[in-house]
Amino acid sequence: MIAVSADADGSEKICRGNTAVSRQKGFAMETFTYYPGCTLRTKAKELDTYARASAQALGIALEEPADWQCCGGAYTTAKDEIATKLSAVRVLNSAKEAGQPLITVCSACHNVIKQTEYDITRDEEMASKVNNYLGLAEPYTGGTKVYHYLEMLRDVVGFDKLKEKVVNPFTGRKIAAYYGCLLLRPAKALAMDDPENPTIIEDFIRAIGGTPVIYAQRNECCGGYITMEDKAQAQKRSGSVMSSAEDMGAEMVITACPLCLYNLKKNSGSDLPVYYFTELLAEALGLKEASNE
Amino acid sequence: MQRIGVFVCHCGTNIAATVDVKAVAEALGHEPGVVISQEYQYMCSESGQELVKNAIKEQKLTGVVICSCSPRMHENTFRKAAASAGLNPYLVEIANIREQCSWIHKDIATATEKAIILGRTAVAKVHLNTPLTSMESPVVKRALVIGGGIAGIQTALDIAEAGFDVDIVEKNPTIGGKMAQIDKTFPTLDCAACILTPKMVEASQNERITIHSFSEVADVKGFVGNFTVKIKKKARFVDETKCTGCGLCTEKCPMKKVPNEFNMGLDNRSAIYIPFAQAVPKVATIDPNYCMMMKSGKCGVCSKVCSAGAIDYKQQDTFIEQQYGAIVVATGFNPIKLDKYDEFAYNQCPDVVTSLELERLMNAAGPNGGTLLRPSDKSHPHTIVFVQCVGSRCDDEKGKPYCSKICCMYTAKHAMLIREKYPDTEVYVFYIDVRTPGKNFDEFYRRAVEQYNVHYIKGMVGKVTPKSDGKIDVQASDLLAGEQLHINADMVVLAAAIEPDKTARPLATMLTTQMDTNDFFTEAHPKLRPVESATAGIFLSGACQGPKDIPETVAQASAAAAKAIGLLCKNSITCNPCVAHSDELMCNGCSSCEKVCPYGAITYVDKEFRMPDRSTKVRRVASVNPAVCQGCGACTVACPSGAMDLSGFSNSQIMAEVDAICK
Repeated sequence: MIAVSADADGSEKICRGNTAVSRQKGFAMETFTYYPGCTLRTKAKELDTYARASAQALGIALEEPADWQCCGGAYTTAKDEIATKLSAVRVLNSAKEAGQPLITVCSACHNVIKQTEYDITRDEEMASKVNNYLGLAEPYTGGTKVYHYLEMLRDVVGFDKLKEKVVNPFTGRKIAAYYGCLLLRPAKALAMDDPENPTIIEDFIRAIGGTPVIYAQRNECCGGYITMEDKAQAQKRSGSVMSSAEDMGAEMVITACPLCLYNLKKNSGSDLPVYYFTELLAEALGLKEASNE
Repeated sequence: MQRIGVFVCHCGTNIAATVDVKAVAEALGHEPGVVISQEYQYMCSESGQELVKNAIKEQKLTGVVICSCSPRMHENTFRKAAASAGLNPYLVEIANIREQCSWIHKDIATATEKAIILGRTAVAKVHLNTPLTSMESPVVKRALVIGGGIAGIQTALDIAEAGFDVDIVEKNPTIGGKMAQIDKTFPTLDCAACILTPKMVEASQNERITIHSFSEVADVKGFVGNFTVKIKKKARFVDETKCTGCGLCTEKCPMKKVPNEFNMGLDNRSAIYIPFAQAVPKVATIDPNYCMMMKSGKCGVCSKVCSAGAIDYKQQDTFIEQQYGAIVVATGFNPIKLDKYDEFAYNQCPDVVTSLELERLMNAAGPNGGTLLRPSDKSHPHTIVFVQCVGSRCDDEKGKPYCSKICCMYTAKHAMLIREKYPDTEVYVFYIDVRTPGKNFDEFYRRAVEQYNVHYIKGMVGKVTPKSDGKIDVQASDLLAGEQLHINADMVVLAAAIEPDKTARPLATMLTTQMDTNDFFTEAHPKLRPVESATAGIFLSGACQGPKDIPETVAQASAAAAKAIGLLCKNSITCNPCVAHSDELMCNGCSSCEKVCPYGAITYVDKEFRMPDRSTKVRRVASVNPAVCQGCGACTVACPSGAMDLSGFSNSQIMAEVDAICK
């Protein structure tokens, strides 16, 4: 449930769940707990670097908790495995203790952390098992607001405000948004956008001056981890995504997921360039050069 | 002293298998005031009723308790039997020892004990029963039909045929409803317009039928036999009495870019329009959202060309008020919106259409004059994929949990018609199950498969990907072959679920009728009273009660008409005497009862009372209109001073029952 209301002074208030954030014209600095995730330290450094630089420019301070661990990756969704949820709960609890909303940027981490937050508020048995294991000072039973970086751009900064900050617009560039599956599903828990007809990345593309290319395969699976076991399957999946984007006239594809980026680049057999959305964001804000120094 | 008779029914083994009926009769025989206590195999049978009647006469009974099934089942039977033996029918009480006892318990000792308590409770109540007399209320000999689709038209024609006046209220500019948009009908493939339009004309020419088109029900008051309904006649900016339907205005209107609702937005109409050639009434309507005269004051072409002088840009909504004895709801259905189903690319590709859109694409009066062409490039499609159950039988909130019932048959019809007319076109149908229960229905579907070689594939379509060359990649699973398919299609047709019209919910509130969670009207009994609502005098016709095809709709429409005629034939109806009444001496005029009354039966009157000192004082007190009161009892609970009481269910009777249970 999102309620947007314009105040008399032109500033807008956005209320999402219990968190009310005031969005002022002057970009008051706001602090979020930032969860990068392991891949962003190794293979997906660009996703991280550009996200940090852009947040700074948009008036968002990102604080990384000292003790974060791997989110648990794909294993957390196994129903009977409590141990794999522990890491997600730890970072949710860190954010709660800091009194800050939590920001993630990798689709997979976001999926794991957001689903864990959803489950812990609804599944008492899981909550008590997790808390028995963790033995936190105060049991964690949910309450941390989790934003994906894109949601932060939409709901906290606002795409209209982002547009004003753009110095290198992608005017005339035809950009295809690739959502994959983890960013939007399951829709009830992730609650980011309509999983069958999403608009958030297209709106982002418009905000940085580009022209979004709508193609049907944008929310299909890239093949994910199956590339480890059955490369041909991953080639088929990512191939059909890329050819659908290419067919609709895309010049490039952007994504929020390191694994998607890997499959689309290495397995699809397509030469169409694939970037992280944060890279385009940094470039649009004129920060790309500086953040690479 | 009361003389009460107790009669315990075995109901075959329904009761006797779990309740020791002999022990119940024996125990209740010792209750105070009980002079006779008997058990019998079937108390509702002729001889069972004789038993009761003879006992009333011989034992001079002043009250009767029947321990049997639910009062909904046989209370009336036993009341009639008592009346024929000279006992006031409201001195009969039913103790439900079947639904509320024998059917839900397994242990005989427990069930028997509970049956005795229930019997004792009824005895305690009947001690305080008083004879009640029903009042009569006159019946207005006129019916209202809400909705002018095939259901409403059929109901109105049948009621008019029986000699009663009927008004049809239709929200659109013309009657005809969804059936008017349909091309051919299953399973006979006769043309829908050819069988519908004569009925529309018949309705308009019948002197007993008044059609209020472009109108809505604004308010409903009253009760069975005597409803007062306010009808809003929306301004159509054309004088209905003057317009001849010549259509010159629609030709000359310069604003021709208005999406045509009748053709599902597949082509355009003018701002002043007649929905289709056979519209009834054939009168033009101005769409004020597009009319340039209405928006900017610059145009007036229609007014200039109209020789009848029917155009009136200043026309206002008007209201009429009319009395009715019966109301028939026939508000129909709509296909659901497919915004949330973009895996089928409905929002992305014009060649992905709904089945109702396909009807218009194939219709001679449709956007392509009857030739099936793709909306995108007007080319002839060579491969068409049908997807069934889009939004039907869905377990999440974006769709509907029920089967929409009509889709299997109309999809078979579409597939067959396409194969018949364009044999070079390959047709695929993806289904979960094919459901064809209906006369000649399965034969029809078999014909599509065997004779017309339509490819029926069990499985669902997972993804529809439109491509830049105009082709559509349809990815689906073939569950029987256990494989994934990709079909390179030219068109995709989605069988969207159907849902009740959006106007039904506010209407149900006005009529105080019930709806289910899907907004279909609830019938009074799912098997035995399928065309009546639970509110007396309100009847249900067509798809407003549940998904239905045309034959079923027409059958239900005639059944609803028969029920309405049965009511209208009576000069007066017997009212339920179990209504509320106020003890004026105790009433302090606080209005609590008026606020909770769902029927508007309570009003306040200023009445003069004699005070103890022989002076007089005017006090505001509640007064119940017994003809409007339905005896729900809400006011008796709300009344803080205990002035409100319900005849037949008085506060003292209910307390006596509670005492008897707790004894």
